[in-house]
Amino acid sequence: MMDYINAFWVGGLICALTQILMDKTKMLPGRIMVLLVCSGAVLGAVGVYEPLMEYAGAGASVPLLGFGNTLWKGVKEAVEQEGFLGIFMGGFKASAVGISAALVFGYLASLVFEPKMKS
Amino acid sequence: MPEKVNYYVGEQSLRFPREVYITASASVVGKKEGEGPLGKCFDMVCGDDKFGEDNWEQAESTLQKEALALAMGKGKLKPEDIRYLFAGDLLGQNIATSFGLMDYEIPLFGLYGACSTAGESLSLAAMCVGAGYAKTVAALTSSHFASAEKQFRFPLEYANQRPISATWTVTGSGAFILSGKRSRIRITGITTGKIVDMGVKDSMNMGAAMAPAAANLIAQNLEDFKRKPEDYDKIITGDLGYVGQEILIDLLKKKKIDISSVHEDCGILIYDKEKQGTGSGGSGCGCSAVTLSAHYLPMLERGAIKRILFVPTGALLSTVSFNEGQSVPGIAHGVVIEQEGERES
Repeated sequence: MMDYINAFWVGGLICALTQILMDKTKMLPGRIMVLLVCSGAVLGAVGVYEPLMEYAGAGASVPLLGFGNTLWKGVKEAVEQEGFLGIFMGGFKASAVGISAALVFGYLASLVFEPKMKS
Repeated sequence: MPEKVNYYVGEQSLRFPREVYITASASVVGKKEGEGPLGKCFDMVCGDDKFGEDNWEQAESTLQKEALALAMGKGKLKPEDIRYLFAGDLLGQNIATSFGLMDYEIPLFGLYGACSTAGESLSLAAMCVGAGYAKTVAALTSSHFASAEKQFRFPLEYANQRPISATWTVTGSGAFILSGKRSRIRITGITTGKIVDMGVKDSMNMGAAMAPAAANLIAQNLEDFKRKPEDYDKIITGDLGYVGQEILIDLLKKKKIDISSVHEDCGILIYDKEKQGTGSGGSGCGCSAVTLSAHYLPMLERGAIKRILFVPTGALLSTVSFNEGQSVPGIAHGVVIEQEGERES
C-alpha cells in the first residue's frame, strides 16, 4: 500500500511543479519537456534519481524526468562496455522500449479516436 | 459618370467615384460562438464543428461555401451575377478559400492579411465596385478554431495546455455582397494600413502586437477625413481583446485622441469571457467578419448607429518567422460604413 502512496505523491509533486512552471513562465511546452529530460539526466548523473525511483517506483520513472534518467543510465552502461562509441549507442538502446511503445500505442489510439474541438 | 475630381483622401484614405453599398451579408459560426452573447444574431449556427466533413480544413472550406451561399440567397443572386470574389483565411496558402470557393466558378482574388483580411477584402471589393469595374462583387473571410490551432499553435491531438492569456480563434465565416445597387448600408471610404512592428515577440499575446497598427490606422483615418472620434458612433477593432484594447486606447491618448467612449472590439463581444473561459477574447478573420455581419450591419440598417469605422487587425506572423525569432508585426485596415438615409433616387 505504501508503494502506491509514495508513487502517487512523488509523481504528483513532479507534475505539480511542472504545471507551476507552465503557468508562471512563458516557456513553450517543447522547452519544458527538454528541460525535464535534461534535469532527469543530470539528477541521474549525480546519483539522486536512482534512490528516488527505488522509493517511488512508477511515480519517478513515468514522468519525463525518469526518461532523462534512463538515457543517462543507458549511456553510462554502454560507455562501460563499448568505450567511446557507447556515448552514441546507450541512450537509444535504453530508451528504445519507451519510444517504440509511445509510437505504437499512439498509432493505435489514433485509429480508434478522433480529435475533438475544445470547448 | 464620375466627374474629374481627386478621390484620394489624405495620405492613406480613399472615397469612391460611384456609390458602394453592402446589399446583403451572411454569417455562419460554430457551436461555441452560437452559445456566446451574439449567438441569436448569426444566420447559421452549426452544432457540428466539422460541418459534416472529414477534417478541420475541409470544415473551414464548408464554412465559406455556406456563408457565400447564404449571402447570395439573401441578395437573390446567382454565382454568375457576381463578378469577383475577394476572399481569404488563415491557413497556409489560403486553402480554406481555394477549396471552399472553387465550385462557384467566380473569378477570385485570394487575399492574406491575417485577421485583418475582413477589412482588406471589403476595401478591395469596395474599390472595385466604386471604380466601376464590377456591378456586384463579394468579400468573405473565415477562420476555424481547430485548423488555426494546427496552423499556428499545436494540433488538437497534441492536447497542449493553452495559457489563459491566449485568444480563442473564432469558428466562423462572414460574407458580404457589395454592389452599386442602393441599399440601407453604404461604404463611404477606406483607410489602408501600413505594417507596424513594435518588436512584440510573444505569439500568445497578439493583442499587444496588433494594437499599435490599429492606433496608427485610426489616427490616420481621423486625420485624412478630418474627423473627430465622436464623428463615429462606433470605432470597431477586429480582435485586439482585452489587453489590446487597453493598449490601443492608451496609445491614442498619447496622440491626444480619446476613443474610449466609442471603441468596441469584436473579439471582446463575441464570447462571454467568464462563462466561456475564452481568456483574452476571440480572434481570427472570421471574428470581425461575423460580428460585422450579425451585429453591426443590422444596427446600421435599423438606424441605431449612423456611421462606424470598422478596423480589423492582423498579426503578420507565420510559424516559420516565429521559430526563426522574428517579431510579430501588425496591420489594420479601416472601412467607413454609414447608414444611407431615405432619399429619392
